[in-house]
Amino acid sequence: MNEPAATMLAKPKMQGVRERGPAATATMRKYGAGVALILLIIFSSLQSDRFLQVDNVLNVLRQISIVGVLALGMTFVIITAGIDLSVGSMLSVVVVYTADTVQTRGVFLGVIMALSLGCLLGLVNGLGVAIGRIQPFVMTLGMLAFAKGIALIFTEGQPVAITNDAFLAFGNGRTLGIPNPAIVFLVLLAVCMFVLRGTVFGRSVYAVGANEEAARLSGIPVRRVKCAVYVISGLMVGIAGILYASQLGVGTPVAGDGKELDAIAATVVGGTSLFGGVGTAGGTFVGAAILGVLSNILNLSGVSPYVQYLFRGGLIVAAVLLQRREGRGR
Amino acid sequence: MTHVAELKGITKNYPGVVALRDVSIAIRAGEIHGLAGENGAGKSTLIKILGGALALDAGEVLIHDQPVRLSTPHAAITRGISVVHQELVSAPSLSVAENVLLGHLSHNAVGGVRWKATRERARDALDRVGLAVDERTEMGRLSLGQQQLVEIARALLRDARVLVLDEPSAILGGKDLDVLYDVVRSTRDSGVAVVYISHRLKEVLSLCDRVTVLKDGRSQGTVDVTDLDEQRLVTMMTGRQLTAPQRPVVVAKAETLLEAIPTERDSGGLKVTVRAGEIVGLAGLVGSGRTEVARAIIGAEPGPYDVTVAGEPFRRRSPRAARRAGIAYLPEDRKDQGLLLNRSIRENVGLASLRLRSIAGVMRSRRDRASVADLAKRVHLKAASLEAPPSTLSGGNQQKVMLARWLATSPTVLILDEPTRGIDVGGKSEIYTLMRELTDSGRGILMISSEIEEVVAMSDRVLVMNQGRVVAEYSGHEITEDNISRSALLSAPTDQGHVQ
Repeated sequence: MNEPAATMLAKPKMQGVRERGPAATATMRKYGAGVALILLIIFSSLQSDRFLQVDNVLNVLRQISIVGVLALGMTFVIITAGIDLSVGSMLSVVVVYTADTVQTRGVFLGVIMALSLGCLLGLVNGLGVAIGRIQPFVMTLGMLAFAKGIALIFTEGQPVAITNDAFLAFGNGRTLGIPNPAIVFLVLLAVCMFVLRGTVFGRSVYAVGANEEAARLSGIPVRRVKCAVYVISGLMVGIAGILYASQLGVGTPVAGDGKELDAIAATVVGGTSLFGGVGTAGGTFVGAAILGVLSNILNLSGVSPYVQYLFRGGLIVAAVLLQRREGRGR
Repeated sequence: MTHVAELKGITKNYPGVVALRDVSIAIRAGEIHGLAGENGAGKSTLIKILGGALALDAGEVLIHDQPVRLSTPHAAITRGISVVHQELVSAPSLSVAENVLLGHLSHNAVGGVRWKATRERARDALDRVGLAVDERTEMGRLSLGQQQLVEIARALLRDARVLVLDEPSAILGGKDLDVLYDVVRSTRDSGVAVVYISHRLKEVLSLCDRVTVLKDGRSQGTVDVTDLDEQRLVTMMTGRQLTAPQRPVVVAKAETLLEAIPTERDSGGLKVTVRAGEIVGLAGLVGSGRTEVARAIIGAEPGPYDVTVAGEPFRRRSPRAARRAGIAYLPEDRKDQGLLLNRSIRENVGLASLRLRSIAGVMRSRRDRASVADLAKRVHLKAASLEAPPSTLSGGNQQKVMLARWLATSPTVLILDEPTRGIDVGGKSEIYTLMRELTDSGRGILMISSEIEEVVAMSDRVLVMNQGRVVAEYSGHEITEDNISRSALLSAPTDQGHVQ
C-alpha cells in the first residue's frame, strides 16, 4: 500500500544493548542457585562421609519439607511483588486447631480443618491486599500478630498433644522408603511448577508482578490474582500444618515462630526477586535445599547451633549477591 | 579554538554488537550541539560514556584538551558534565527545593539542614530556568515539563559546563516545549555547551547550532545547521530519502464502532466517535486530557463519558471488559504501563490473549509458541529471539510487541496513545504502515498524538482537545497544522466553542 514507507522499513536495525550484559545476569539468576547447591553438596560430601548416605539425604529432604511447602506458597506471593509475613503465625494457628480437631473429631475432619483454616486466613490477607489495597507487608504483619494471638488464646499457651496413631504414623512414616512429608513436598513442588509455568493463572501471576498496570490494562484480573496468591500461601500453610502436627505429635502455639523468615529465605535464595515478576518453584526447591544441606553439614561437622546462624545469614546474603542484577524497571 | 569537551575515537563493544565505532565529537562552549540518529544508532551509549555511566573500550575523553577518565557519573559531574536523562530522576515525594539540591542541601556543622539557605539556592536555580513554582511544592505535583526544568536547574547548579539533554522534548508538548527551548537558548548564551539529543528533525534544525549525526554506531560527521535541511538530515540519519506519508483516502460513512459521549457535567465537549476503517487523530497539548479520555473509554479510570461499542451501551467498564468488547488500548508509556520488562517477548505478546491459547486454564505451549511467532511475523517484529526480554528491542519493535499483543485479541477498535513516541524515523513508518493495514481491514483507530505532523499525515478525522474537552473536529482538507494548533492553544473554549 504505502510504497515509499515499505522501502523504509526494509533494513533490520542493530539494537544498542543497554546496561551491562543482561544475558549473563539472567543466566546467573536462572542457574546461580543450582550451581551453589551443587558446590555445597560437593563440599559437604568431602567434609563428611555420612553426608551422601541415602538415609542422610532422605533426612534432609524430610527436614526441609515443612519450610519447603511454606516457601512454595511464598513463591507465588513474592512473584506478584508481595510478601507474606504471616505464614509462621498462621502455621501455629493451623497446628493447634488441627491437633485439637484430630483429637476430638478424628483425622479426616482434622485435615479439613487444617486446609480450610489455612485458606481462610490466606483469604483475609488476600482481601486486605487486593480489595483493601493495604501494602502486603503491613497486611501480613497485622495477620502475623493476630494469628499468633488466636493460637495463644485457643491453647492458653499450652501445647495440645496428639495421640491418634494413624495421624502420627503419616508424619513419621515412609512410603517406598521415602519419608511421607518429603513426598508431599515433592508432589506440591511438581504441582506448583506446573501451575506457574503452564497455566493461564501462573502467567497472570508473573504478569502482575512484572508490571501491575500493564497486566491490568491487558485485561488480567489483577485483584483476583493477588487475592489468589495469598489463598495459595494459606493453603500451603494448611498442608505444612498437617505435616508439622503429624510429625511432632503436638500442637504448640509457637510451632511456626520464625518460619516465615525461613520460607522467605528459601524463596529468595532460590532466585525469586522481591521486586516481582521473576522466580520459579524449582528455584525455591533449590533454595530450601541449600539451607537444609547447610544446616545438615554443619550438624554433621558438630558446629554449634549458635554459630550455625552466622553461616545461614552469610549464605542468604551471598546467594542473593550471586544472582544480583540491575534493579531496572524499579 | 579549544573545546570544553571532546570525545576522540570512541569505540564501545557489547557482546556481539559494536555499539560505537571510532566516534569523535567536539563540543564548543556556548553552542547547542545536536546529536541526532535513529534509535539504536548509539546516541545513548555515547551519552553514557560522556556522563561517566559507562566505560569505553577505546578512545579518549578530553576536557579543555586534557585527557580525563570519567569512571563514575560523579567524576563527570565534578568535571562539569551534567546529564539530564530521558527518564527523569527525581524524588516525587520531596519538595522541589530538595530535588534541585539533591545531595547538596545546605547544612550546618552537625548535619542539620539549613532550610532557608537551601530554599534560597533552589530559588536562584529555578529562576535561571524560569520556573515560577513555589520551591516548597511537592515534586510529584509538577507537570513533566516542569520536572524536567527542575532537573536542568539541578544540573546548572552544579556549575555544568556541558549540559547534556537526552531527548528532552520527547515527553513535552506545546507551551512546555517553547519554555524548554528558551531555557536551552539562554543556557547556551550564558556560555554553557548544550548537547541536545532529539528525534525531531524540525527541532534539531531550529534549535541547534551544529549537529552530529550517528548511524549504526558510526559518526556521519558534524555539520552546521545552516548547511542542513530536513531532507539532508534524514538522509544522513537513515541513508534513505524522506517521503511524505501518503494522503489517506477519506472514508465514506461507515459503521460507528465506538462512541464516547460527554455526560452532562462535561457539557460543551464534542463526542468522540470512531468508524470502521478510519484513523481518528486526537490532538491537543500534553495535559489537555487526551489520555484521560482513552482511559475512561476502557474503564481504567472513571471519566464523564457514556460509551457505546458498535451501538451497544458499554456500562460496567474495566480494561478486562473493554478487551472483551473488542477495544485495545496501547498506553503512551510502554515501559511503565505496557511491557513486562523482565519477562520474555513471547509472554509479553501473549498477555492479553492467554485464554485463547489454553484449555481449562492450562496453556497449550506449542500452540502458544506458534501463535506468538505468527503474531510477531504479522507486525514484522525484528527480534533475535522471542525468549529474550523486550528491553533488548528498539522502541519501534517494543511498540510492535504491544500491537501484536492486542492483535491477538482481534480488536475492532484500537486506541493508540502516542504510538510513535521515542521511535525513530524508520520505525515510525513501519508503525504507520501497520496502522493503515488495520484500518484497511475494517478496524477503527483512535490515535492520540502530540506530533501535529503525524496527526495531519495519518488522520481521516481529527479531534482536538483543550482543557479536558474535545473542542473541535476537522476532516478532509480542514485538517491542517494551523487549524489544529489554533484549537489546541486557544485558551478557555467558549460554550459554543467548536472551531468548526
